[in-house]
Amino acid sequence: MTQKTTGNSRRAFLKGAALTGVSLAAGKASAATPDPLITEVQPWASGLGDGVDETPYGLPIQFESDVVRRNVEWLTADTISSINFTPIHALDGTITPQGCAFERHHSGAIELKKEDYRLMINGMVDRPLIFTYADLERFPRENHVYFCECAANTGMEWAGAQLNGAQFTHGMIHNMEYTGVPLRTLLEEAGYDTAGKWVYVEGADASSNGRSIPMEKALDDVLVAFKANGEALRKEHGYPVRLVVPGWEGNMWVKWIRRIEVSDAPVESREETSKYTDTLEDGTSRKWTWEMDAKSVVTSPSPQSPIMHGKGPLVITGLAWSGRGAITRVDVSKDGGKTWETARLAKPGEKMALTRFYLDTDWDGEEMMLQSRAMDDTGYVQPTKSQLREVRGLNSIYHNNCIQTWLVRSSGEAENVEVS
Amino acid sequence: SPIAAETFGLGRAALPEEIAAWDKDVRPDGTGLPVGSGDVLTGEEVFADQCAVCHGDFAEGVGNWPKLAGGAGTLADDDPLKTVGSYWPYLSTTWDYVNRSMPFGNAQTLEPDEVYAIVAYILYSNDLVDDEFVLSNETFEDVVLPNHDGFIVDDRIETEHSKWIGEPCMENCKEDVKVTMRAMVLDVTPDEGGDDAT
Repeated sequence: MTQKTTGNSRRAFLKGAALTGVSLAAGKASAATPDPLITEVQPWASGLGDGVDETPYGLPIQFESDVVRRNVEWLTADTISSINFTPIHALDGTITPQGCAFERHHSGAIELKKEDYRLMINGMVDRPLIFTYADLERFPRENHVYFCECAANTGMEWAGAQLNGAQFTHGMIHNMEYTGVPLRTLLEEAGYDTAGKWVYVEGADASSNGRSIPMEKALDDVLVAFKANGEALRKEHGYPVRLVVPGWEGNMWVKWIRRIEVSDAPVESREETSKYTDTLEDGTSRKWTWEMDAKSVVTSPSPQSPIMHGKGPLVITGLAWSGRGAITRVDVSKDGGKTWETARLAKPGEKMALTRFYLDTDWDGEEMMLQSRAMDDTGYVQPTKSQLREVRGLNSIYHNNCIQTWLVRSSGEAENVEVS
Repeated sequence: SPIAAETFGLGRAALPEEIAAWDKDVRPDGTGLPVGSGDVLTGEEVFADQCAVCHGDFAEGVGNWPKLAGGAGTLADDDPLKTVGSYWPYLSTTWDYVNRSMPFGNAQTLEPDEVYAIVAYILYSNDLVDDEFVLSNETFEDVVLPNHDGFIVDDRIETEHSKWIGEPCMENCKEDVKVTMRAMVLDVTPDEGGDDAT
């Protein structure tokens, strides 16, 4: 894929600023000379566009080619057990387009067709069962919108400001409308033993990504999902079937799920001992840190989405979410946390789903230190990085839900910084 | 006792052979381990053939690939080294993960005795057993990894949520704000493309 784009990246900013200035000036109400885009007949207003047979399944228009997943090579040993990032700096609303929704694999994105798909339920059940994909579509379905956030989202930022862009600091996340069968329904079909306190779930891929989930959660809101945003799951998101674990760390959203085992004890698998455990300052580590705490980030302006229009009306926007419930409020600061204004939520927050916020403001062209601070319906207020560090030290790796600061210069460029 | 629920009659009975083929997880108490054994010296050979290209001859790791040995006593350091020896709580996890998911790119190709031998060698590489050691389904429970007691169950509700609840400050929240760290100083963000030649 070509990365040569006309997108408004930070690096393209200075080069593009002059040109953009011209086109924006032409759009102003009192132009000195008539705008040829208006006074001259443009080709699209005279000739023909594409026929309806041109694109059976479309991709975004070429001018949006910078709105893509990005990889950070130095983060992992190879690209197979690795991560990429959702371009949240360029998106709006809350639903993540599947085609640019982040990926995290441990042994690559496997190709598993529906005909080859099998789901086993075994362990402490009356009837160990095998389901085909077609079987799953015959159970009563539900639809829910939930965020999936990697436990490691913002993890590179524990020690300081590292990566320059919301995509890189906060883009291990996506938010989709899932269609699927409650895990509870499948467990009931197999006749689970109420003495079974855990389920162990694993994928069909080589990594297996096995995780233990307490039965209480399994019976509550976990979905065995086969559609996302209206269509089949993408290959890289677990086609044909994945687990959806609302509010909980993305690692537990087992993709290509092939087996669910009811048991009386957790497995303590690699993904819940070696990984996805959070080391504290004294060297002990938390395990089973499942919930993703309330968090937010300003997506624009941000390092990859600088202010191109000069002073005046400015839309400050971003995302907020909580794994413990619904977002009730987001505050925005322009001065690094000295004073705060309450932003407008595009819609009331929904449980364990992304919430879009806006602060419509008038920018005086002065430097800003932009922050956002989420609150959820448990009353929890998103902490600063120093508050988190006080409790956890610097080596937790996972669950960094700190307040992010963007330094927005009077040029409109923005940078990832930490402030006192 | 099983719960009584209406069922849909969907799916079919899983056969014992099918369950045996897929249900291979091993618990900390050894539940799930097959009968078998392997010693350190055999493990050294198998490791050299199957693992060392990424994990090093002594399980010390090559390049960016995971280190499986070393790091004892570093968990409270600025830069802890987390390995089977220094960090992992249960030997079962090592057996289970190697058996199911390693070697990377060629998983599920090891025989149980090879897995026992590899795990024995990883223990040896971490100075936890001597070179005579034989790991088997019977000696398995004799091994307690050093960081066995190093984990606590998530306590965020008590240690964090209780503190960070309530009406937050809106005005005059701090006197002064200074930039203390800048990502652009590190300059490790991938280029957006198009102007990389410079």
